[in-house]
Amino acid sequence: MDALLREYLPILIFLAIAVAIAAIAVGASWIVARQRPDSEKTSAYECGFDAFDDARSKFEVRFYLVAILFIIFDLEVAFLFPWAVTLGQIGMFGFWSMMVFLAILTIGFVYEWRKGALEWE
Amino acid sequence: MIQALVFYMFAAIAVAGGVMVISARNPVHSVLFLILVFFNAAGLFLLLGAEFLAMVLVVVYVGAVAVLFLFVVMMLDINFLRFREGFLQYLPTGALVGLVLLVELALVFGTWTFAPDAASVSAAPAPDVAAVSNTEALGRLIYTDYFYLFQAAGMVLLVAMVGAILLTLRSRPGVRKQDIARQLARRKEDTLEVRKVPSGGGI
Amino acid sequence: MPNLMPALPEIFLACAAMAILMLGVFRKKDDMRATATLAVVAFAVTALLVSGLGSERTTTFGGMFVIDGFAVFMKTLVLVASGLAVVMSVGFLEREEIDRFEYPALMVLATLGMMMMISANNLMSLYLGLELQSLSLYVMAAYQRDSVRASEAGLKYFVLGALASGMLLYGASLIYGFAGSTDFEVLARTFAGGHGAPHAGVIVGIVFVVAGLAFKVSAVPFHMWTPDVYEGAPTPVTAFFSVAPKIAAFALFVRVMVGPFGDLADQWRQVIVFISLASMILGAFAAINQTNIKRLMAYSSIGHVGYGLIGLAVGNAAGIRGVLIYFAIYLFMNIGAFAVILSMRQKGRMVEGIEDLAGLSKTSPMMALAMAIFMFSMAGIPPLAGFWGKFYVFMAAIDAGLVTLAVIGVLASVVSAFYYLRIIKVMYFDEPVESFDRPIGRAMGAILAVSAIVIVAFTVVPSPLVTEAEAAASTLFGE
Repeated sequence: MDALLREYLPILIFLAIAVAIAAIAVGASWIVARQRPDSEKTSAYECGFDAFDDARSKFEVRFYLVAILFIIFDLEVAFLFPWAVTLGQIGMFGFWSMMVFLAILTIGFVYEWRKGALEWE
Repeated sequence: MIQALVFYMFAAIAVAGGVMVISARNPVHSVLFLILVFFNAAGLFLLLGAEFLAMVLVVVYVGAVAVLFLFVVMMLDINFLRFREGFLQYLPTGALVGLVLLVELALVFGTWTFAPDAASVSAAPAPDVAAVSNTEALGRLIYTDYFYLFQAAGMVLLVAMVGAILLTLRSRPGVRKQDIARQLARRKEDTLEVRKVPSGGGI
Repeated sequence: MPNLMPALPEIFLACAAMAILMLGVFRKKDDMRATATLAVVAFAVTALLVSGLGSERTTTFGGMFVIDGFAVFMKTLVLVASGLAVVMSVGFLEREEIDRFEYPALMVLATLGMMMMISANNLMSLYLGLELQSLSLYVMAAYQRDSVRASEAGLKYFVLGALASGMLLYGASLIYGFAGSTDFEVLARTFAGGHGAPHAGVIVGIVFVVAGLAFKVSAVPFHMWTPDVYEGAPTPVTAFFSVAPKIAAFALFVRVMVGPFGDLADQWRQVIVFISLASMILGAFAAINQTNIKRLMAYSSIGHVGYGLIGLAVGNAAGIRGVLIYFAIYLFMNIGAFAVILSMRQKGRMVEGIEDLAGLSKTSPMMALAMAIFMFSMAGIPPLAGFWGKFYVFMAAIDAGLVTLAVIGVLASVVSAFYYLRIIKVMYFDEPVESFDRPIGRAMGAILAVSAIVIVAFTVVPSPLVTEAEAAASTLFGE
């Protein structure tokens, strides 16, 4: 267990450094810099124009469809990792087990292709 | 020592992030805090030695699910301030339910003992992490021992795919798009006609 | 390599679902006649495979999947219900112009989930089967996506269903944590003979599992979604919802409670008794004021679940036999009643009010007669089949000493007879306002006739169903 965690120690150190640098950068500019805000300084800077309206506008539902299809294939790929690592141990049955799984999702893929869900119009 | 420290850091940030998810005014901020929670949960998984789950949590939840949440939050163009109006009104009820659940949890964990024969009945004991990596240990089980569950999960994903398309895909009429098959099927004879035009006559 | 034979019907149904999907997507036309026909054929072949496997208890996939007499009986009921529901859907969806080829495919996938639930022998396979079924049902509820009410129904069903699944998972993880296994047989051995007082954790886990399952069978106090979903979803979907998923979820309920937790019956009986009483009473009283017939059927189905739960509360072979008989009869009563509701059209428009049935006996006497049979049977008026269904569960309850439960059950069914009889009164004694569109279609007529004949025939020759149910129930208590 410790050996496993030690491998992640660099990431932890990296995270600590990242947090520290971010904190220093923000904190220093907060403390050191002179701050005299006025309404012009804090207004949105958009190539000289005032912002027309709220930045949040309705997204089309198609983005959602693409995202959900992406999640499904993301999960499918996630299942491939342990399979690839253990392919030598799980034998032919393990191999075909994954093939059946992929076939099921390929049916889904063919369906969405034929339905035109992948086209943007 | 460091391990315990890191655990408390991850756990504390996860809980704080969870509180921020439900209390942030801007729903986009809520989603960003949710991503923070996911990252810290991944850290907790890592401390348990569940390396694979930690990585999947980052790849699937942070990479895909959080993005989906962002889309959904942006798609709903509703006034979120009005949305929160009932918050204070329902707070007592919600708090009561939460309290009851907390008391139940405390009751359960107050009597926590491992089942006497838990180790002996466990179907697939986790191998030592030092000897077998977590990903490998999972791989040995999912595709053979849990074949049935694995394929059932495939069917669930198929239904999700069909359902998402059925409920959200609408083909818009009147959109011009390239139809490659039709382009290729066009013959010269269909489109081009060569006529002899007598001079001065016209067609 | 595991033995695939016991799961052959499920494998076939899964392949059929994918074949239907492929056929539909590669055809030029986006209608459902071809895929619906295929789905009905697939259900028929699956039913043959199920009965061909025999009812000997076999487990496979490392004990996660089990077939026995109980599974065969319940799977047959579910397949019959799904097949009839597909047949009833085609005409309606075509007239409403929402016939799309995915509909039968989703129905087949939902039925696959139900069969996996019935055969679940592990908390994990239970959950995956349930999720496969529920996910398909959420989509079907919102299937008519241009209708606000259907979208609302789908959303409500999804949000509450996800909550229920969460509770079920929470309970399952508590049970796993305290008992050390998810396998039903191992759990049964752990708890055998009340082996030590079980931990509070196990009890809390069981209660959460019961709450999740009670939601799926729509028992009070987890019934809130039922009237809204039944009213909002397209009527053929409602017809499907009120039979197949309910029967499958009830089968799962029975298997979980008498299987792994059978020896803890003293711990969970009071919970089941409570939700049974609450469902019967709410089903009887809340339906009285309804004017929409789909809402009325929703409350009626809540009440019927309450009667079924009496049999589960008894928890012995006689009680489970009562449950099986009850749901076999319920299937035909409900399918028949929905065949009438689906035929309620005036000037090409669907109507759903109870008043719209006024004078049906004069405009279409045969349909009125069939509906009267279903309503008398649902009310439990002898000698129709519905009476016998109630009779068997009440008898089991009295034999097991749950006299109060049986008495309240009888009283609730007397109250509920009021609104069933009101429908008959509207059909026979009110002046007709406007007649329904004719003809109702050959398939619908056939379903009406068959359901009515089954209801009447059960009284004359009850023995086939009773012996089958008895054999099926006893497999749960084998040894």
